[in-house]
Amino acid sequence: MVCGLLVSLTGGLAPATAAADGPATAETSTDSPKDAPKVDLVLDVSGSMRARDIDGQSRMSAAKQAFNEVLDAVPQEVRLGIRTLGAEYRGDDRKVGCKDTRALYPVGPVDRTEAKTAVATLTPTGWTPIGPALLKAADDLEGGDGARRIVLISDGEDTCQPLDPCEVARELAAKGIHLTVDTLGLVPDAKTRTQLSCIAEATGGTYTSVQHKDELSGRVKQLVHRTVEPSLTPEPAKGTDSCERAPQLKPGLYTDREEFGEHRFYRVDVRPGQELRASVSVAADRAVNDDYGVQLRASTLRGREIVRGEATGDGRTDVLSTGLRYPKADDGSAAEDADGEPVPETVCLRVSNAFSAPASVKTTPGLPVELSVDVVDGPDEASDAAFLGLGNGWWFLLAVTLIGLLAGLVWGWISRWRVTVWRTN
Amino acid sequence: MSAAASVRRRLSAVLLAGAALLGTAGAGQLALAPSAAAAPVAAAEDPTPSTDASASASASADPEDAPPPTEAGTSFRTATVIRPGQQATAPASTGDYLYWQFPADAGQGARVDATVDLPGADARHGDATWQLDVYDGLRRRQPCRYGTQTRTAAADAATVELSCTLRTVRANAEPWSNDPLPGAYYVRLTAVRTASADAGLPVKAAVTATTTDAGSAQDVDGSLAAPLVQGSAARPEPDGGWSSGWWSARWLWTAAGAVLAALAGIAGYAATRGRGRPSQLPPAV
Repeated sequence: MVCGLLVSLTGGLAPATAAADGPATAETSTDSPKDAPKVDLVLDVSGSMRARDIDGQSRMSAAKQAFNEVLDAVPQEVRLGIRTLGAEYRGDDRKVGCKDTRALYPVGPVDRTEAKTAVATLTPTGWTPIGPALLKAADDLEGGDGARRIVLISDGEDTCQPLDPCEVARELAAKGIHLTVDTLGLVPDAKTRTQLSCIAEATGGTYTSVQHKDELSGRVKQLVHRTVEPSLTPEPAKGTDSCERAPQLKPGLYTDREEFGEHRFYRVDVRPGQELRASVSVAADRAVNDDYGVQLRASTLRGREIVRGEATGDGRTDVLSTGLRYPKADDGSAAEDADGEPVPETVCLRVSNAFSAPASVKTTPGLPVELSVDVVDGPDEASDAAFLGLGNGWWFLLAVTLIGLLAGLVWGWISRWRVTVWRTN
Repeated sequence: MSAAASVRRRLSAVLLAGAALLGTAGAGQLALAPSAAAAPVAAAEDPTPSTDASASASASADPEDAPPPTEAGTSFRTATVIRPGQQATAPASTGDYLYWQFPADAGQGARVDATVDLPGADARHGDATWQLDVYDGLRRRQPCRYGTQTRTAAADAATVELSCTLRTVRANAEPWSNDPLPGAYYVRLTAVRTASADAGLPVKAAVTATTTDAGSAQDVDGSLAAPLVQGSAARPEPDGGWSSGWWSARWLWTAAGAVLAALAGIAGYAATRGRGRPSQLPPAV
């Protein structure tokens, strides 16, 4: 919030990094801890982390070194925790191995020495229960209204099916707790890559493939810093299948979920002389078919269409967006209420999507929808194509000059003729 | 329309009349080419300074000194603000969606250039297709008049260069049109197709947005009450603020036209009189 203000005060030109470690830091850290951004680093400590293939070092020691660097650079306002998976159980019992996840360092203000000591004790041990670890990590981050981020570092795919970690991630994202999962694969094979990418995609996070030590620490630092960047938290809204029962929206940013091919309605009040502005983004948080579309339609309560925004796209994408403007004319014909104020018109906004997915893809929960609504003063409508109807260009000058010349000549001849007539009389 | 709008219109009419009068009164001195007259008058009356990046950089102090951003946003909500003319950089992973936003005002043409430094050829396994998309403040995709928006880099290429030149930003447009309007413009840069083994490899992206003055021929009538800026944490604004919608170089053309017309009128009048008294007339009394 404070960062956001600061950015707008300086004309929105302070780069995001300045907000993260510039003068804004002091102000942000005085924020109530309720809004403090929270990060949980989830580290895979399974047996495969022993492999010595990152710059000649073992994956484990590279991860430890990176963690030390990250801990040194954690911004003060971030509440950071570390969770391990597969760190303790050595045995072959799948049931036990798949519960092996532990909060190594609880989410809270970072004591660097303590956290580093805890990391140093880790030795590569057991299974890779990514799904359960994600669920527990989400619990670690519970409470508060700040940004939440899980950074998952793994070198192998989940060994605890049938709980698909990708589905787990999507369920977590659908809870509306503004959780992002970023994944990093250490020297990943194809299966690991697919799984980690899927987890990231499901929550709007990113996937990084790590081949070198410095890439790991650099990327984790970058991700931790992202949580302190100013952000706008959308409010949850629940659109309905008809305009009559639709929720009334005030200007703001909203989030919702919409299934494939579903229509969702929202209502907004617009007074005469005001302009409604709305934009919608529908996120493709899973594998979708190649061609897709989104429509945002504004209509009257009776269903007459006023204006629509449409977008189509193809190929890989994070979101598909469109928007619309509706300036309501102030022609004095609107009914007035008891106070003499014009009665606002209720505009129905309908969000629909034409995404489709292969049969193997789960369709619930729906695709994330982000709806931005604003109501501003109406525009100063154009009465002419040109600026105030003024002239422009050499042809204009030539025309005006010729007309002036003609006018002068005519005026001259008339006055001459009048003088002659007067003289002869 | 609103009261403010009609006031603007009436005042403009008064101004225009004033300019015409001024033109007639000082006809002798004011017969300048409009381009010559443009500079001082524009400086005095134009509330928005020149949009040329180098000119505005030297204009005043604070925001210009800010170093260019070194991180990109990951969504419309978190898009990083860049100042026109500044090169923003960002480290990223192949497959990330990188978002920036910049302000573009009425009468400006905007162009976005992006360069992606790809990972070393030995780490890559195939072609990669990169794409640059530009959206307006209402997240409507904007077409590029020219520029390569999508380009496929060969497996051994070191960089990919993309660019997109937008249509001229108009002060006003019909609500049903998709014409570019004053407000924030979002830039999205991403790899739309890569070899699956190349996903997540580190890249470096650099993006520059430049805005240029499109000239008064593009000045249209009407104006928005507020620029299209919404749904994002940052609110970009041009150096010196958004234009008030009062100024256009069309004032100068019109004033010059009035002056020339007046001069031509005088000349025409004089031409019908000839030099001295007509010979057929008797001497004056």
